[in-house]
Amino acid sequence: MAKWNQKDLLGLENLSSEQIELILSTAESFREISTRGIKKVPTLRGKTVVNLFYEPSTRTRVSFEIAAKRLSADVININTETSSVKKGETLIDTGLSIQALKADVIVVRHNASGAAAMLARHVDISVVNAGDGWHEHPTQALLDIFTLKQKLGHIKGLKVSIVGDIAHSRVARSNIWGLTKLGAEVTVCAPELLIPPEIEKMGVSVTSSIERALAGADAVNVLRMQFERDTDTAFPKQLEYFRNFAITEERLKKAKKDIIVMHPGPINRGTEISSAVADGKNSVILDQVTNGIAIRMAVLFLISQARRAQ
Amino acid sequence: MSILIKNGRLIDPQGKIDKVCDILVEKNRVKSISKTINTKAKEVIDAHGCIVLPGLVDMHVHLREPGREDKETIASATCAALKGGVTSLLAMPNTTPCIDSPQAVSLLQKIIDKTAKANVLIAGAITRGRKGHEPVNIAGLKAKGVMIVTDDGASVDDDKVLLKVMQQAKKQGMIVMCHCEDKLLSKRGSVNRGLTSTRMGLRGISKESEFKRVERDIAIAEKAGARVHIAHVSCKESAEIIRKAKKRKIRVTAETCPHYFALSETDVIDFDTNMKMNPPLRGKEDVAAIKKALADGTIDVIASDHAPHTDNEKDIEFERAAFGVIGLETELAVAVTELLHPGIIDWKRIIEVLSINPAKILGVKKGALAQGDDADIVIIDPEEEWIFTKQGILSKSKNSPFINRKLKGRPIYTIFAGKLAYSGRERA
Repeated sequence: MAKWNQKDLLGLENLSSEQIELILSTAESFREISTRGIKKVPTLRGKTVVNLFYEPSTRTRVSFEIAAKRLSADVININTETSSVKKGETLIDTGLSIQALKADVIVVRHNASGAAAMLARHVDISVVNAGDGWHEHPTQALLDIFTLKQKLGHIKGLKVSIVGDIAHSRVARSNIWGLTKLGAEVTVCAPELLIPPEIEKMGVSVTSSIERALAGADAVNVLRMQFERDTDTAFPKQLEYFRNFAITEERLKKAKKDIIVMHPGPINRGTEISSAVADGKNSVILDQVTNGIAIRMAVLFLISQARRAQ
Repeated sequence: MSILIKNGRLIDPQGKIDKVCDILVEKNRVKSISKTINTKAKEVIDAHGCIVLPGLVDMHVHLREPGREDKETIASATCAALKGGVTSLLAMPNTTPCIDSPQAVSLLQKIIDKTAKANVLIAGAITRGRKGHEPVNIAGLKAKGVMIVTDDGASVDDDKVLLKVMQQAKKQGMIVMCHCEDKLLSKRGSVNRGLTSTRMGLRGISKESEFKRVERDIAIAEKAGARVHIAHVSCKESAEIIRKAKKRKIRVTAETCPHYFALSETDVIDFDTNMKMNPPLRGKEDVAAIKKALADGTIDVIASDHAPHTDNEKDIEFERAAFGVIGLETELAVAVTELLHPGIIDWKRIIEVLSINPAKILGVKKGALAQGDDADIVIIDPEEEWIFTKQGILSKSKNSPFINRKLKGRPIYTIFAGKLAYSGRERA
């Protein structure tokens, strides 16, 4: 088994398949802790994890907080609305201050692609990317893959389609790297304007037909459509998008009977997914939320171990 | 002051010289060249194993003074230039104030006279404030000795304005230098559009945004009968358009920069903002096309596009970081490393693109080292391997994409106006 030797988790692009498998198997061993009466182990006792979120997030921040607390770490949440960030402090200065407070891990969410990588270059403590711009969201992809593996037993050879705003999605990018490294066949599906240039060179198939994306797929990962985003791209209208791309019961009838439906949340019912599907038997959306804790526990554990070794 | 350079290989393509010899410099000129010179001189330089060539003429340099002396000054930039073997350079007009009037030229000239350590030439703007609307007084600039105008950093979007300026420039015998970028196509991008922008999750700058403007600017120059110089060519398509225009005998010249043949878009993948410039680093086939265009004469000039920025403007989120890299201290060494040693071009061509051609375009009598010529000289050890470090940078700003890069060929001495202006070696 591969050894983990990195102080940071910035993305899946630069991880090997062995490293990804190691996170998944570590998460598997942590999963059981959340089912205990006393949901806590002393693994990271005395460590401090700082959640530094420059973008609104409930799910990811809470998931990291719970993961850290179940490992007995102390958790600080920095709200950028009330911190010196509003006074113009740079990300690097904020990072150095957190380091000077003797924290051990910064979990960072930022609206600029590459922000986590930049922060990691300037601090010696660990950095976990909780989403940077349109670039990567590694723990989300890891929990998606973990859920798939839990349901289907393996990743290699699976046909997985990712549907939605691929161009602006860090979830899509991290999933593409993770899934292709583990041997899945990935198809991305979106209106043409929301397909970023040359994405096929990342090793995926591209289609603008939802029927084609669903045909024969073992799983479909439905991305949230953010109509409020990016004014310089011509976005489809909400209703038009629902008509042409939403995952509905009718569409699922033509897909594999036990196709797995995933969504990173928060879901927009009636936009990219119908309520019936979101709550239906194919949906694993809430399993994903639960699995996110084990994945984040595994990541916090592995990077802390690596830093101690350095 | 006299300097005797012993046993160097002097290469001066204009004087058709390529031989190992001694060179005597007296006052600010080449006094004599001979197999052996035994005259006593104040300074004696042992150039055994080294190449002696005319000082570089860099026609694309952002000095930042006046206005942004925190990034660079004329004094600091010219020191950096001499270290890199550059003895003449052209100052871009995007300073504060902008060099868009005879008065601004006078102001800049005063600072140059007082502080410059090398020969600094002045480029004027094409439009008032480089805003693209109101043509500058070309004749007025000409009267102040300005030979070339450019809105570098911006492209003149209005065809009519550009045509008007080019017609004026033709009348005055001036050259218009074009920054080719259609902002409608490149807007808010920060890396090459394609797999790189997709992988990094950034907006892309397409090659179209560049080459469509190259095409347009050449067409307008042709219509006006003016001479046009295309700045910082980065992609295959632009090179092809220029190649075709030259075949049709249009008076176009073109430059590229060391980063466009020494680096490619894969160097930017780790979000290193020292790899961020405009136009952006392109793909492998573009790099190959730029090298070919340098070798076959399509691209006439290598210029640094030296663009200093402070850490405050570079050490931030990638998409918010300033565009541009410094290059005066590395351009000769990078060209020798990436073009000469791999056999893509020879010494003669190195000297043409870095010295002779830019001197000709700018109309200055530089780029030659025959008897009686200006004693602007670089002595380079072509075999010395060295690592370019951040600590060694003389420029006020440190935003070089070549930090920690191993280079082969190091400028050892620079003589400017007959004086030893830079020495990279302990001498007896």
